[in-house]
Amino acid sequence: MIKTLKNNKVSNHLMLIVFSLLMLYPVIWWVGASLKTTAEMSSPSIWPSTPIWENYTKGWQFSPEFTFGRFFGNTLLMELWNVVGGVLTSAIVAYGFARINFKFRGALFSILLLTMMLPGQVTIVPQYILYNKLQLMDSYIPLILPHFFGGGAFFIFLLVQFIRGIPRELDEAAKIDGSSVYGIFYRIVLPLIKPALVTVAIFTFIWSWDDFFAQMLYLNSVGKFTVGLALRMYVDQFEIQWGRLLAMSLLSVVPSVVLFFFAQKQFVEGIATTGLKG
Amino acid sequence: MKAEAVHKPAAARLRLTKKKAKSSNRNNLAGYIFISPWLLGFLLLTVWPIIQSFYLSFTEYSLLEAPTWTGTQNYANIFKNDTDFTTSLKVTFIFVLFSVPLKLFFSLMVAMMLNKNLKGMNLYRTAIYFPSLIGGSIAVAALWRNMFNLNGYFNHVLSWFGIQGVGWITNPHTSLATLILLNTWQFGSTMVIFLAGLKQIPNELYESASVDGASKVRKFFHITLPMLSPVMFFNLVLGIIGSFQTFTAAFIVTQGGPINSTYMYALFLYDKAFKHYQMGYASALAWILLVIVALMTAINFLVSRYWVFYETDGGKQK
Repeated sequence: MIKTLKNNKVSNHLMLIVFSLLMLYPVIWWVGASLKTTAEMSSPSIWPSTPIWENYTKGWQFSPEFTFGRFFGNTLLMELWNVVGGVLTSAIVAYGFARINFKFRGALFSILLLTMMLPGQVTIVPQYILYNKLQLMDSYIPLILPHFFGGGAFFIFLLVQFIRGIPRELDEAAKIDGSSVYGIFYRIVLPLIKPALVTVAIFTFIWSWDDFFAQMLYLNSVGKFTVGLALRMYVDQFEIQWGRLLAMSLLSVVPSVVLFFFAQKQFVEGIATTGLKG
Repeated sequence: MKAEAVHKPAAARLRLTKKKAKSSNRNNLAGYIFISPWLLGFLLLTVWPIIQSFYLSFTEYSLLEAPTWTGTQNYANIFKNDTDFTTSLKVTFIFVLFSVPLKLFFSLMVAMMLNKNLKGMNLYRTAIYFPSLIGGSIAVAALWRNMFNLNGYFNHVLSWFGIQGVGWITNPHTSLATLILLNTWQFGSTMVIFLAGLKQIPNELYESASVDGASKVRKFFHITLPMLSPVMFFNLVLGIIGSFQTFTAAFIVTQGGPINSTYMYALFLYDKAFKHYQMGYASALAWILLVIVALMTAINFLVSRYWVFYETDGGKQK
């Protein structure tokens, strides 16, 4: 009995290792390829015969004027606002939906959920026209502003589920001690939903890092480019310098990966616990 | 409390209801203060644009001059004269038809693999989640484009098995399949939702099934699948909606080509709006997409009655 259990464990591990490698294989290849010459790109070996570190140093120097340092700085600054806006407002809005019994709450919550199903294409054209009229083109405001409006329906929904899981007795106790709804939110609920807020912060960071479409629509001048936009300039060149492109692409995913690795537990469990139980 | 209130004189009862009304007023105010960030954004960036978009879909508008009313001209042109419309719709439907089930199947399998208590599970999870983490970024598109070249790494792997590969992205017969594969490779968020669902299935169900001598396959079909059906439904609905809007992969990896074989609907719409600045035409296209997505979702909800199982129904399969 014990022996079969052990065998089972070993085979499980084996299966997972093989599968993980399979999933990561393109990424491993990517690391090697980022150090190759274009001619060597299709060679069978994963590792280059002589690593071309120039791909990184020359690739980093995007143009005589700008380095990737500038683009990373731009993107991180934008992300800082996005994360702050998303975490702050989604918590506030979710508390309102989860704990306060106001008129039309049910209907408004249903509408909130419905907006998750609305194709972005319907609103993007008028939004573009609106920002154009407000002369907000080529600024970060169209990219940042939406995050200050509750951070997105998905996050609000996630947090509402999470807050519903907090025993109401805690609220009642605070109410008896003379706390207002605002006090309860600030002193009781906010500290308790920290794990879920970490999830919101990570998702916001990763998704807006990848949200290339909006960045492409609203940013024009190279000095304001995000990492994604700069990479696209590399892709659009007539003769693509694959080594440099792959090197910078690899660097561009580092922030998300580092963040994910350190918050991995909350990330998966933050979602798991928002369900019925932990 | 309740019983007391009944015995109180009318005046006192009136005072009580007044107090209640006052507190509900206060609740209304507090509630709307709390949800105001969302409400404001909803009105400004969703409701107003929807109205605007609907109006624009009946106009010709190039951003430079005021919109001119053309009635149903845009719609007539789309349905009668625009071959790009039919092409992109066809491409998108094929994409949805293949990528949604593939992704669902694949992510469920992976979620079941990861739903075990093993040492080092965190490491496996990170490794397997990795491709999704880097998501629809340019970085992945660049990687993908290189790997599936005629001289790319993928063909090299195939040559080990004696298979002569093609230029997967430059061949109109395989380009769409390549994008479907890319989409499936990034199954992460779907998988995480499945994983969360699997964790909520009570272990007792499996244990009692084991006592009854049920096989693994039986357990899967009679416990896992029914218990997971609400999650499956959620992933299916969002998967279909999301796939209809696929953009970045087609935009960066294939640019819609070759010969429009990957000309996705969202890409077509983008070209009309932001390349040709035909805002009215693009709005009409957006409304057609909205109707299609709404229809698909409605069908999904109707059909769900026959296969989605909710525990709260008192265990009745609906």
